[in-house]
Amino acid sequence: MKITEDEVRYVADLANLRLTEEEVRKFQADLDEILVHVDRLKEIDTSNVEPMAQVLYEAEETATLRPDRERPGLGSQAALANAPFSGSGYFKVPEVIKR
Amino acid sequence: MDIVSLTIDQVRDGLRRREFSSVELATAALRFAREENPKTNAYLTFAEDRALEAARRVDEKLARGEDPGPLAGVPVAVKDVIVTKGLRTTCGSKLLAKYIPPYDATAVERLEAAGGIILGKTNCDEFAMGSSTENSAFGPVRNPHAPDRVPGGSSGGSAAAVAQGTAVVALGSDTGGSIRQPASFCGVVGVTPTYGRVSRYGLTAFASSLDHIGPFGRSVRDAALLLQVIAGRDPLDSTSAEAPVPDYLAHLDGDVKGLKLGLPREYLKDLTSETGGLIARAVDTLKKLGCEVRDISLPATDYAIDCYYVIATAEASSNLARYDGVRYTFRSSSSATLSDMYRNTRGEGFGAECKRRIMLGTYVLSSGYYDAYYLKAQKVRSLIARDFTNAFSEVDAIVAPVSPFPAFKIGEKIDDPLAMYLSDIYTITGDLAGVPCMSVPCGKTTEGLPVGMQILARHFDETRMFRLADAFERAGGAHG
Repeated sequence: MKITEDEVRYVADLANLRLTEEEVRKFQADLDEILVHVDRLKEIDTSNVEPMAQVLYEAEETATLRPDRERPGLGSQAALANAPFSGSGYFKVPEVIKR
Repeated sequence: MDIVSLTIDQVRDGLRRREFSSVELATAALRFAREENPKTNAYLTFAEDRALEAARRVDEKLARGEDPGPLAGVPVAVKDVIVTKGLRTTCGSKLLAKYIPPYDATAVERLEAAGGIILGKTNCDEFAMGSSTENSAFGPVRNPHAPDRVPGGSSGGSAAAVAQGTAVVALGSDTGGSIRQPASFCGVVGVTPTYGRVSRYGLTAFASSLDHIGPFGRSVRDAALLLQVIAGRDPLDSTSAEAPVPDYLAHLDGDVKGLKLGLPREYLKDLTSETGGLIARAVDTLKKLGCEVRDISLPATDYAIDCYYVIATAEASSNLARYDGVRYTFRSSSSATLSDMYRNTRGEGFGAECKRRIMLGTYVLSSGYYDAYYLKAQKVRSLIARDFTNAFSEVDAIVAPVSPFPAFKIGEKIDDPLAMYLSDIYTITGDLAGVPCMSVPCGKTTEGLPVGMQILARHFDETRMFRLADAFERAGGAHG
């Protein structure tokens, strides 16, 4: 077994996901099956192979840089327009730290 | 005018000859799309006001004798992971059911500047995660060729709309096959351009190193023209490429004589027999056109699924962290603390597949597993990319199936995530290597289900890919 129910709860905690106990059981089985499959990666020899984080192709060294000029941003009204709770130009959230 | 089979050229000619105005066409297309939509659930939102306003602008330009643009009056559908200013963009998620973006994606801006008429936003798997469009919070899409079957995914709504005739062309997005696989299942052309060819600005991020925006059309020509309009450097996406965009249509001359094509043996072993037969027939057609077909090997292919589901979920787990109940419309109703609010919002808001991928991605990035999974997968990705570099040193393009099987039944794979992931087996390699690839229809099974042939080419060589696909189409590709 690659992953236990306790590990599923731990990972859910890291990911800020509230899972029901039923979901914990389901994801344990699903993730276990997927991780067993993914374990095949160990079979392939990657010594002396660089990791690839990005698609690479021939381009100028500075090709992706744009001039560093200021331009207008969204503005707080537009930025807050989709917030479930806002006021006085701020996002409103529940208590962050207990007093 | 037959809306169902309309092409971009027909729209342009019709407008020029004053057979119809852009407003008349947009009105008729919207009415037809609304009437037909219950059959497939392809559209989630119609953009009546925006469409008619854009059509009026086209008519005004025509009246003044100005060039209304290469897409003038063309009805377009846009996948609902691509943001549209002032027009609801749900990403197929309950979390964003009421989200109204404050800006337009660059691809949207460009297609509208070219005169394109956005009819509405199309259904998709939640945050583009899925291969069947069953993971939408707004119900599955039905395949226009077989209503009990999936249209493929994740861009199932865009593919279905183009197949159904409720849009002439459409935008989709592809991270592991989400344009090509639904194009194949719905019998339309779907293109995943070179990574960086089209700006990702305004494409809701799933896996940033793999995400692409690309076109759907009922012909290679229409898909190529839509790509032409949206492609090119955008200062708002630092990964968009400087490379000049060639005139794709000028190269659709049918001449593919002497083109060297590779047929990768790793892509032929898990096929259902009918799909295999149709691909073999397509290869014969290409040979008759004068192409030289040779057997090639892309040995790292066998590990591509595993590599992809590590990298894509790792990136997704980071990208989806922003949906925390603070900025994006949905918040769980009762949470005493900030931390509870995050957890409850995400627990209630995300569907099962998104949660599964966030969990997998978080796991492979977590302490103690990073090297074994994430770093290892990035190294395997190098090997997959190297396979393509090696292959393209001896062939001009690669032909392969898109999917091992045609459209499956709704509900058939939804409870078996691994089986669903394996349906992407032939499409994820193109995304991992970042090469341009596409699906072009190559026939139907005895049950009448469309099958697509995949063409892959060198980075930024969409020109040759389109020329080959167009020549195949002219040779009667889908009809043998």
